[in-house]
Amino acid sequence: MSKTFTIIRREYLSRVKKKSFIVMTILGPLLMAALIIVPIYIAQMSDSVYEVAIVDDTRLFYDEFTDANNVRFTDLNVNIDAAIELMKMNKFDAVLHIPTTAFQAPSTLRLFSEKAINMNAKLYIENVLRNEFELMKLAHAGIDPEILKATETKISIQAIRLLKDGHEQTDYPEISMALGIFSGILIYFFVFLFGAQVMRGVMEEKSNRIVEIIVSSVRPFQLMMGKIVGIALVGLTQFLIWIGLTFVIVGTVRTAMPETFRFTPQENIYISTAQSLNPAELQEHMQQTQQHNSPVGQLFESLGAINLEVMILSFIFFFLGGYLLYAALFAAIGSAVDNEADTQQFMLPITIPMIFAIVMAQMVMNNPMGPVAFWLSIIPLTSPIIMMVRIPFGVPWFDLWLSMVLLIAGFIATTWLAAKIYRTGILMYGKKVSYKDLWRWIKINS
Amino acid sequence: MGYILQAENIDKIYDKHQALTDVSIRVPRQGIFGLLGPNGAGKTTLIRIINQIIAPDNGRIIFDGEKLNSRHIKKIGYLPEERGLYKKMKVGEQALYLAQLKNVNGREAKVLLKDWFEKFDLIPWWNRKVEELSKGMQQKLQFIITILHKPDLLIFDEPFSGFDPINVNLLKEEILKLKEQGTSIIFSTHNMSSVEELCDNIALINKSKKILDGNLDEIKQSHSNQIFSLQVDNLSKPLENILQPVAALIKQENGSDGFIKAKVKLEKGYNANDLIKHILPNVRFHSFQEELPSMNDIFIKTVTGKYPHEMKKEDLKIHLQMDTE
Repeated sequence: MSKTFTIIRREYLSRVKKKSFIVMTILGPLLMAALIIVPIYIAQMSDSVYEVAIVDDTRLFYDEFTDANNVRFTDLNVNIDAAIELMKMNKFDAVLHIPTTAFQAPSTLRLFSEKAINMNAKLYIENVLRNEFELMKLAHAGIDPEILKATETKISIQAIRLLKDGHEQTDYPEISMALGIFSGILIYFFVFLFGAQVMRGVMEEKSNRIVEIIVSSVRPFQLMMGKIVGIALVGLTQFLIWIGLTFVIVGTVRTAMPETFRFTPQENIYISTAQSLNPAELQEHMQQTQQHNSPVGQLFESLGAINLEVMILSFIFFFLGGYLLYAALFAAIGSAVDNEADTQQFMLPITIPMIFAIVMAQMVMNNPMGPVAFWLSIIPLTSPIIMMVRIPFGVPWFDLWLSMVLLIAGFIATTWLAAKIYRTGILMYGKKVSYKDLWRWIKINS
Repeated sequence: MGYILQAENIDKIYDKHQALTDVSIRVPRQGIFGLLGPNGAGKTTLIRIINQIIAPDNGRIIFDGEKLNSRHIKKIGYLPEERGLYKKMKVGEQALYLAQLKNVNGREAKVLLKDWFEKFDLIPWWNRKVEELSKGMQQKLQFIITILHKPDLLIFDEPFSGFDPINVNLLKEEILKLKEQGTSIIFSTHNMSSVEELCDNIALINKSKKILDGNLDEIKQSHSNQIFSLQVDNLSKPLENILQPVAALIKQENGSDGFIKAKVKLEKGYNANDLIKHILPNVRFHSFQEELPSMNDIFIKTVTGKYPHEMKKEDLKIHLQMDTE
């Protein structure tokens, strides 16, 4: 056992000490955050004011444009040629021309500019004109716009899940979906990332020819497991640091800007069918809490409803389980080939179940309790991804336990299989290996 | 004296390819044992079986009087023919790691390594990456790693390939020193000159079978062609006539100093003493020596059935091939 430990330690330390690991681990979450924050920030600050001159030959619409979104409108009561001259003298960025024919033929509307058109301004202008045209058409048809407005209804059903202990909990399927697909993809990504590291490690030892020196000291199985476990610990380290850093960053932002995160839980609306609040009261109640709470606060409250502990723990389990299952296969491939190019033919059967799982994730999210979801989250080849997609929606304990037990059985099976290929493969040079060879290696006893 | 290792009736088949057929060898203690054979004969398979990297299909290995088992791993040191190291790992760190895999504890390994590094001028490289070492230095490092845990049995598979002559000598000296200290050594090669220089006993494997084994000197003696070289002067008549009928002249060289160097072959029914007696009255002797076939010749003879000088051109091709390998 102590030799396996020596191997694990080398595999772990040699990777964790690499600069690329340190950079990825620390900068990963920061980069991710920066990727989201920076574009928003830039969009907010960078735009200078975009000056639009309006030449309204109809004299009907020029008043309807209000300055907004860094776009400023100026009404020019001159003819269009004069306005364009002014634009050429850099007084304006663009000239909007509403000819007298505009109402009959909206296609005669023109927006002139020397540089590329600002899309925001164009969309805003289109919006305003559409509204105005519609209103005019309504008036023309004799319909009071007020009546039309009154008939507009916005519906957003709040999903409430009744828990067994009598509590009720607001459900946010959109958040569950996002969280599910995110962790599914993360597992996919981690399994391939670290699985490929195992494969490359095995190939390195083989092409270095150090492997024969090592297997004269330890059993091939010890070497293979040492590598797999060592790299698993690297992945786990990285994941835990990411989680830790995320909490630190969120915590810092939260204390720095408490207003953004304010949230007061909604009181129980549903008590029993007989005692439901009357609709008017309910409306009032809803509006109050909604005004009170910021969107970010609501996001956090919905994350809280999802039970992050279960999420993180099962993520770690399914990451490790999925990784172990596939890493053994990756190791077997690495041992069977002489160079990276030859890995392609063997990668396919490993990649297919994983990609299939990602593709099916959409279907599973639409019906997280359906038979497809059940079976794919039970079968070990797809369960690491599909189960993670299902968990945010709430999964029966039976499904979860069954899936975990089968995953453990699955990786024991692949490891056993891979060890047989590995044992023969690492000492086999200069031969292009086929599936038939692999099968023969599996059958060799001893 | 006894044997450090006995392999008994080893069979090994790799799907359909017979790698070893009923091979038995006995490696005496405290000697250098040459395991010879052309490429693909099965040497490396046998060595892997001894190292417990693979298991034989039949037969058994006795190490130090016990059936070979995992406790023996640390008593064996193995330098494979195809050898390498982790390129990106530091020299010292890597040596320590491989020593620990042989169950040498870290502190002890460090002390031993420092000694050897000193001896081989590797100290300044301790904290450098292996890829920065020259090939020769990497070979030295591999040698150190092989012997560091003071094994009872050392197995070298083509140890001199890739070494420059200076380092080959250094290595030979170290190997002989290890032998003096009581280590038993298996030396697998097809470099016959080093066999003659180093080995006490040999086994020759060809096409999965052992075809020859025993003490090196005895083997050479038993392959005697009854050829003698002599140096004489003051001949009373031509050498060819003097020799008859005891021996036939193969080659004669007249030296500028009046000496005649000759190679002669004894005819059937005569021995060396007969030859000396027969020609003594007619010449003055300066030297007389039996010309034993070289190990190279014996190797080729045993493998192909012919001595190199008896071969035709197309046979020689095989010979050359084997020589250069």
